[in-house]
Amino acid sequence: MDMNVKKKKLGLKEKYAHMTRGLDWETSYQPMDKVFPQAKFEGIKIHDWDKWEDPFRLTMDAYWKYQAEKERKLYAVLDAFAQNNGHLGITDARYLNAVKLFLTGISPLEYVAHRGFAAAGRNFPGVGPRVACLMQSVDEIRHAQTQIHAISNYNKHYDGFHDFKHMLERVWYLSVPKSFFDDAFSAGPFEWMIAIGFSFEYVLTNLLFVPFMSGAAYNGDMATVTFGFSAQSDEARHMTLGLECIKFMLEQDPDNLPIVQKWIDKWAWRGIRVLSLVGMMMDYMLPKRVMSWKEAWEIYFEQNGGALFADLARYGIKVPECLTQCSEDKEHISHQAWATFYQYGGAAAFHTWMPNDEEMDWLSAKYPNTFDKYYRARFTYWRDEAEKGNRFYSNTLPMLCQVCQIPMIFTEPGDPTTLCYRESEYEGEKYHTCSDGCQHIFDNEPEKYAQAWLPVHQIYQGNCFPEGTDPTVEGFDPLAAVLDWYHFNNGHDNLDFEGSRDQANFAAWRGMATKNT
Amino acid sequence: MSKVFIAFQTNEDTRPIIEAVLADNPHAVANESPAMVKIDAEGELVIKRASIEELIGRDFDLQELQINLITISGHLDEDDDEFKLSWLN
Repeated sequence: MDMNVKKKKLGLKEKYAHMTRGLDWETSYQPMDKVFPQAKFEGIKIHDWDKWEDPFRLTMDAYWKYQAEKERKLYAVLDAFAQNNGHLGITDARYLNAVKLFLTGISPLEYVAHRGFAAAGRNFPGVGPRVACLMQSVDEIRHAQTQIHAISNYNKHYDGFHDFKHMLERVWYLSVPKSFFDDAFSAGPFEWMIAIGFSFEYVLTNLLFVPFMSGAAYNGDMATVTFGFSAQSDEARHMTLGLECIKFMLEQDPDNLPIVQKWIDKWAWRGIRVLSLVGMMMDYMLPKRVMSWKEAWEIYFEQNGGALFADLARYGIKVPECLTQCSEDKEHISHQAWATFYQYGGAAAFHTWMPNDEEMDWLSAKYPNTFDKYYRARFTYWRDEAEKGNRFYSNTLPMLCQVCQIPMIFTEPGDPTTLCYRESEYEGEKYHTCSDGCQHIFDNEPEKYAQAWLPVHQIYQGNCFPEGTDPTVEGFDPLAAVLDWYHFNNGHDNLDFEGSRDQANFAAWRGMATKNT
Repeated sequence: MSKVFIAFQTNEDTRPIIEAVLADNPHAVANESPAMVKIDAEGELVIKRASIEELIGRDFDLQELQINLITISGHLDEDDDEFKLSWLN
């Protein structure tokens, strides 16, 4: 690109001052407290909103110019991808399932982020964060749209892409990311900023986008690489907003420290639980691997997050206690999550499979302490049984964690052979959580989490069948009724990759693309 | 001292930017992965407008970095001449 750079009338700092502070005013017909009713109830004390400055010093005029350039680049690639049957260039049709998980589990959250930042921008009395939140809100709707546009090309050819919006509000594993964002959006504007701006964007987004998009590049998926990096180019700004927000709160008043610390503890753990899905995607769903989940965790969480917490120590911020468990968990969670999806592959809108020998060797090499010892034998057994025609599908429903909504599949710290259960009581009812981290979150706000819409509970209560279903008729198949209510095409979207329509179509179409008969 | 980093998409726009950054920051290391170059540096990393302009032979606005940026780590300070990342501890 050869951009025309005009001689500037104002320097960056002056322009930023005019385009933010210079556009603000104090209301006079109504008191400011009534105009900004959510600014104080969370207990965060702010004395001088002008101390907030966006270090990118981005103003709306520059914002539109650069975002437009990003869009032009992206859509040129998407056109080329579609026109050249780019979908046949991916490594292996198993890869498509990672894209399905992304479209159904992540893209709708971009839209929720758009709404959340619009609300945060509306609710902050300071003009600096208001402008930054406005830009992030516009970014997030752009991400939702570009992802849907990029992935719609796959929807023309493959199963499982057809109804992500409907699925998000119903499907058991999609309630995990959905509840994460709903939890943040139903908090106040400052907690939203810690939850999404800081914890999700700063601490965790690198783990989501960078390995995922490099993975797409390794697997020949040009469309996903491009929308991913186009979205990620905004993330640097989002991360900066999250970090600035936390510094600003801590510098404004010493009373803010314990509130901020509590939110960091909560949202770091909530975010890490959501990322279990990314771990299994990296270790199992990419036919051509980039790096293991454990390696990504070490680079982007331990090194980068470590540098961040060392820096925040001067404000009195401590590394969240629940994170000590993570150095052990990084060796296990991806295997435990994939084992679960394999068993519940009848109730997922993507295909599952067991790794082949070469892939198991890769897992052994990347996880020398755990894979052979705890997982390989079980996975080999399942694979052998499938080859004999006994592919195992679990037909029961798992208990879900009341907070993260993941089935209770994770193991006790120090004992990877025992499932971890925690129990709390609230108003005479028992609630179950998957870890000390989730239990602490529940115990701090039981009145919030007691209301969680847990998919398994809802199925058992009969709330997840199509209207007019009579569960008392003879031969009633509850799983088929639930899948119908989810809008899954039973037999095509779900079950093993081996024998799937995606597998057959991809092989046939690739054959047509490379041969003359 | 902690490491800061910046990552760019691999393309013809970023090639001279990366070259300028590595020349201006001798302690920085470039790590290439698919479609992406990540530059790691102990403590601090400075991107200078003048160095990029010299390599590309035209005026350059540091905000153009936004287009091909993938991620950063560290505190940022940007003005007309420099884009600086650092940890304060």
